[in-house]
Amino acid sequence: MTGPLFDITVAVARIAVFFAFCFGLVVVMTWVERKGAAYIQDRRGPNRADIFGIRAWGLFHPLADALKFLFKEDFIPDNAHRLFYQMAPMFSLAPAILGIAVIPFGPDVTVMGRTVALQIADLNVGILYLFAVSGMTVYGVVLGGWASGSKYPLLGGLRSSAQMLSYEVSMGLSLIGIFMVFESVRMSQIVAGQGGLLFGVVPKWGVLVQPLGFILFLVAQYAEANRTPFDMPESESELVAGYHTEYASFKFSMFMMAEYLHMVVGAAVVATLFFGGWQFPYLGDAGFLFPGGFAVAMPPALVLLLRIGAFVAKVLFFAWLYVWVRWTVPRFRYDQVMRLGWKVMLPLSLLNIFVTGLTLLLLKK
Amino acid sequence: METVLFILFGAIAVCGAIMVVTRKHPMASALYLILTLFAVAALFVLRQAHFLAAIQVIIYAGAVVVLFIFVIMLINVPEDRLPVERATTMRVLGVLAAGFFILESAVLARRFWMPIGPVAEVGTVEAVGRALFTDYLLAFEITSVLLLAAVIGAIALAKRKI
Amino acid sequence: MAGFLATVDFSNPYFAVLVLLVIALAMSVGFVLLSQALGPKRYDRIKYGVYECGVDPITPAAVRVSVKFYLVAILFILFDLETTFLYPWAVLFRSLGWFGFIEMAVFVGILLVGLVYAWKKGALEWQ
Repeated sequence: MTGPLFDITVAVARIAVFFAFCFGLVVVMTWVERKGAAYIQDRRGPNRADIFGIRAWGLFHPLADALKFLFKEDFIPDNAHRLFYQMAPMFSLAPAILGIAVIPFGPDVTVMGRTVALQIADLNVGILYLFAVSGMTVYGVVLGGWASGSKYPLLGGLRSSAQMLSYEVSMGLSLIGIFMVFESVRMSQIVAGQGGLLFGVVPKWGVLVQPLGFILFLVAQYAEANRTPFDMPESESELVAGYHTEYASFKFSMFMMAEYLHMVVGAAVVATLFFGGWQFPYLGDAGFLFPGGFAVAMPPALVLLLRIGAFVAKVLFFAWLYVWVRWTVPRFRYDQVMRLGWKVMLPLSLLNIFVTGLTLLLLKK
Repeated sequence: METVLFILFGAIAVCGAIMVVTRKHPMASALYLILTLFAVAALFVLRQAHFLAAIQVIIYAGAVVVLFIFVIMLINVPEDRLPVERATTMRVLGVLAAGFFILESAVLARRFWMPIGPVAEVGTVEAVGRALFTDYLLAFEITSVLLLAAVIGAIALAKRKI
Repeated sequence: MAGFLATVDFSNPYFAVLVLLVIALAMSVGFVLLSQALGPKRYDRIKYGVYECGVDPITPAAVRVSVKFYLVAILFILFDLETTFLYPWAVLFRSLGWFGFIEMAVFVGILLVGLVYAWKKGALEWQ
């Protein structure tokens, strides 16, 4: 293959693979959410949909849901602002899709004598790109609430947009410590930096060097994704379904897809920044190398497989954590959410930066 | 390719900007403003100013326009009561003057045309930071005073109603 | 065309972002159109009316929004700006050393005054 053709193939293949992974996980997550809720609440959960009598633990329910949404009546309420009402789900879904670009899902591999990074786009602004595109999600929420021409969506949209703004600040600030330690905002470099060992014993994962940062980031991310315990827009006992109350059919499911895609990307970001991304503990390029000097040699293909497997496992765990938390923790009141965001998270993340800076400077001497 | 993309995003930016000022509904103007800001960010990327592009989207498209939209919702004028702007003589003259100004700048720019080669490694996060925290340190510190003034101003304005 | 393609750098990561952007736009617009094309259309006054738990709305939905949200947006812009200054600082932190540390401490300190002011004035309270 010639140069440009090779480049195009690589670019398209990377997008196709990771896109399929993310969307596949979105589909599975809708099932996990319901099934997980059922098991936590001691129910059976969805188990009815079948294809030729095969039920597969209700795994066909997401498929049935998608088809059902597609063939539902797609109506625009008389009171809604037609154009803006149609645009809101687009503003929700498009940024969510764009967000998958900067996540490294594996180490560099050599294909036909050329090094290929397993990451759709290794931008040098790295995570800032993700902040930029995910910042656009707030328009879907605001526009959806406002354009519906109804009170519940308006209040829900406002509440959740103010909440998203409040936590976006702490989200950015909580990562500063990670950037300071790994001296980069580039995702691939942050992952590479986590390959080393801390004190020669434990893997130098972000969570070990930035424990407070990790907790703050996780909380901010749950608030950003509007998940319980911060699901203000959909506090169904108060606001029906929040900003998408007036939405039906596939437009509603676009909001849902965006939410789940944010969860998947969020899980991948936590895994990448704080849990070593595709790094497998003690696994080097040539095989395992344990602190005691004990080594196990391995073929490169197996190493690659283990590393991608490690990434997938971490993402799955954090995706499951969203569901776990949702059915374990009760919802906050709105004033509590805002108080937590501005009066606890913000000062704590500034303190985290201060302490990290001090530690780094004192260690250097 | 870069030239094609530059013209494409430049055209999007200009068209979006025209739409911002000509749309009747303020919400439509705000959305076109987002489009324009995105196109400008794309232009930054084409000039290798990656950090600037990211900041452009984070701050302008992600924060400032949200504020605009909140204000639009805060005032919330019903659609039939939106003010109709008429093309008065002054406005037409204003547009013409602006057009001449742009044309003149274009002519001037052509006259002092400097071919800009590929600017390598000045737009990265590291390069911007290095400039900001050494050469432009005073400006950076003064920014914080400006931001402080903005916080106090905003609270003083809103205070009556809290 | 071949000459034009030769000028394209397909290995540039922003090319992938452009492709992804096209996919994202096509999907979001496509889904909206698709769902409009496929579903049935049966008009019903109640169904197309405002959702208010089955009761006819008595006031229009165009409520004016509390000024609090505006204040949150302003505070967000300011602290977001502060964060953007912190990104390059964090990346360069080790090479800037104590000098950079004090530099940023002054910057954040001045902004903290703003936060404390907002706090004391009750701008962060929600009833």
